[in-house]
Amino acid sequence: MSAYLARRLLLLPLVMIGVTFLVFGVMQTLPPAARAMLFVQKPEQATAIQAIIRKYELDKPAYIQYWHWIRGVLHGDLGYSQSARMPVKQAIAVFFPATLELTFFSFLAIVTVGIWLGMQAAVRRDGIIDHLSRVLSITGYSLPVFVWGVMLLFIFYGYFNWFPPERLSLEASLFVQSGKFKTPTGLMTLDAVLSRQWWIFWDALRHLVLPVATLTYFLTATLVRITRAAMLEVLGQEYVQTARAKGLAESVVIGKHARRNALIPVITLSGSILVGLLGGVVITETIFNFPGLGRWGASAALQLDLPAVAGFALLIAVVTVLANLAVDLLYGYVDPRIRLG
Amino acid sequence: MMRGRAAWIQTVAPVAKVVTSRPLSVLAASAILVFFAVAALAPLLAPPRPNRDPYLIPTSGFEVEPMPPSASHPFGTTENQFDLYYGLIWGARTTFKISVSVIGASVIAGLIIGGAAGYYGGPVDEVLMRITDIFLAFPGLILAVVIVAVLGKGLDKVIIAIAAVNWPTYARLMRAEILTVKEREFVAAARAVGAGTLRVLRKHIVPNAIFPFLVFGSLDMGNVVIVSAALSFLGLGTELGYADWGQLIAFSRRWILGAPGRAFQYWYTIIFPAAAITLFVLAWNILGDALRDVLDPRLRSRPRLK
Repeated sequence: MSAYLARRLLLLPLVMIGVTFLVFGVMQTLPPAARAMLFVQKPEQATAIQAIIRKYELDKPAYIQYWHWIRGVLHGDLGYSQSARMPVKQAIAVFFPATLELTFFSFLAIVTVGIWLGMQAAVRRDGIIDHLSRVLSITGYSLPVFVWGVMLLFIFYGYFNWFPPERLSLEASLFVQSGKFKTPTGLMTLDAVLSRQWWIFWDALRHLVLPVATLTYFLTATLVRITRAAMLEVLGQEYVQTARAKGLAESVVIGKHARRNALIPVITLSGSILVGLLGGVVITETIFNFPGLGRWGASAALQLDLPAVAGFALLIAVVTVLANLAVDLLYGYVDPRIRLG
Repeated sequence: MMRGRAAWIQTVAPVAKVVTSRPLSVLAASAILVFFAVAALAPLLAPPRPNRDPYLIPTSGFEVEPMPPSASHPFGTTENQFDLYYGLIWGARTTFKISVSVIGASVIAGLIIGGAAGYYGGPVDEVLMRITDIFLAFPGLILAVVIVAVLGKGLDKVIIAIAAVNWPTYARLMRAEILTVKEREFVAAARAVGAGTLRVLRKHIVPNAIFPFLVFGSLDMGNVVIVSAALSFLGLGTELGYADWGQLIAFSRRWILGAPGRAFQYWYTIIFPAAAITLFVLAWNILGDALRDVLDPRLRSRPRLK
C-alpha cells in the first residue's frame, strides 16, 4: 500500500504542473496584447496593456512568461474577470457554493437512484425494473444533456410552471440580499435550515429540482449498468450459494452477503461521476440560468474573458485530480487486493 | 500479414452475425444508413443557392420570431428566419464531417502515442502516459470550451478542440492492446528471423491490435456528436448560421417557453433538431451495444466524455 500511495502522491504535483502547462500553452496561441489580460488584477490596469507586456515580458520566450504567470497563480493572483466584474479569485468564491450545492444534491440523487435501480435490476433479472433500467441507460447515453434539460424546462416550467430556473425567486433573493439572512456557508438550503427560514429552504429546493434531475438522468446510466453487472457477478459466487443453501432468508443473503461486495466496483465509478458532474454543470447551469461556476465559465468563454477561463479551467482540473486521487485511495482501502497489485 | 488478415476476418464475422441477428441493431444500422444518405444527397434534397457556401443556411426576411412549418419552410424557421429543413439536411453533413474528422485524428494520435508507449515501454511509456493523464485531468467538455474560447468559433476549431480532448482514451486503449499483442509468439518469431522494429510494428503488431481500436472509434461517434452539439449550444461551436444541429437547438433557447398561455407555440424550433441529434446518437449507441457484446469486455465500461 505504501509504495502505491507514494507513487500516487508523487505523481500528483507532476500532473498539476502539467495542467498549468496545458492551460498556459493554449493561451499562448493568442497575441501578447490579449494575454496581458491575465495579469490585470484591477479594472483600471486594463488600459495600460503596453506597460503590462513590458513588465511581465510577454514578448520574451514562453518559459519567462510562464514563470511570471505561475508565480502570480501560486499567490492567488488569477487576474480580473471582465464578465463577472470582479477578480477571478473573488468570482470563484462567489460562484463556488452554488455549484457545490448543485453537485452535492445531484451526486446524492445519482448514487441513490443508480444503486437502487442497479440492485433491483440484478435481483429481479429480466423483470420490469431491469427492462426499464436498460431503456434508461441507453437513452441516458444518447439524449444530449442540453436536449433533456431544455425539454424539462419546457414542460415543468413553460407548461406547468412548477419548477422555475435560476437559484431563488425574486422575493427570496431580495430577502437574502437585504442582510436579514446570514449566508455563512453559501449553500442556500443549508443556510436556510441554520437560520430557520423554511420558505427560503423550499424556494431553493424548488429551484434545484430541474438542474439536479438533468444531471442525474444522464449520469445515472453508467452507474446502473455497473451496479447491475457487479451484483449479478456477486450473486453467482459460491459464498452466496452457500448462504442460500444454509437457509438464510433472501433479504439477508442480498443485504448482508451480496450487496456489500457488489458496491466495491461502484466506488471507482464515483470518481467519474464527479468528473461528469463538473463537466455537466457548464451546460446545466447555462440552461437553468443557475449562478454557479459553470455558467460563469461558459459566459466567460463566450466573451473571451481570458483570466476567468484560465482560472475556471485550473480550478476544475485541480478538483478533478484530487477527486480521482481520493477515489483511488478509498478503493485501495476498501479492496485490499488493489494494494498488492 | 496473413495473420493480420485472419484476425480481421475472425473478428468481423461474429460482429456481422450479432448485428444482423438483432432486430434493434438492424434498425439502428438502417437509421445510420439513412442519415448517411441524407448527408450524401444534401445538394439534391436541399439545393443551395448559387454562389453561396452551401453550409450557410439561407435566411428569408429579417423577422426575429420563428415561423411555423409552411409550404416554403416544411419544418418552419428558427429565430432570424433560418430555414430548419435546410439546416437539418446540411447539418447531417456537418455531423459526419465533425465526427469522422475527430475520430480519424484521435485514431492517428492514439496509434502513434499509444503505440510508442506500449511498444517501447520504460521511460517512453512513463512520459507519454503522464501526458495523457494531464489531458484526462479535465472533464472533456471543459477543455474543449477553453480551446474554442481561445481559438475562436468555426468548424475546424471545433474539430481541433474535440480531438484534443478525445485522443488520450485512444492512446490508452492502443497501449493496452499493443502490450498484449507484443508478447505473442508470432511477434517473437518475426523478430527471430531478423525483422526490424518498424516492420514488426507495421506487419505484425498493428494489424492485430487495431481492430478493437477501430470498433471503439465507431462506438465513439455518438459521443463526439454530443460534445460538438454541446459546444454549439453554448455558443462556442460553428459560425452563426452554419448548418449544425447543435446550433439549431441553441436558436430555440429563447423560444422554448412559448408565449404566455401558449406554451407550445414554438415547438418546431426544438423538436426537429433534438430528434435528429437524439436519433443519430441513439442509433450509434445501439449498434455499439451489439458490438460490445462480441468484443473486448474492457470496452464495456468506457468512461463518458461529457
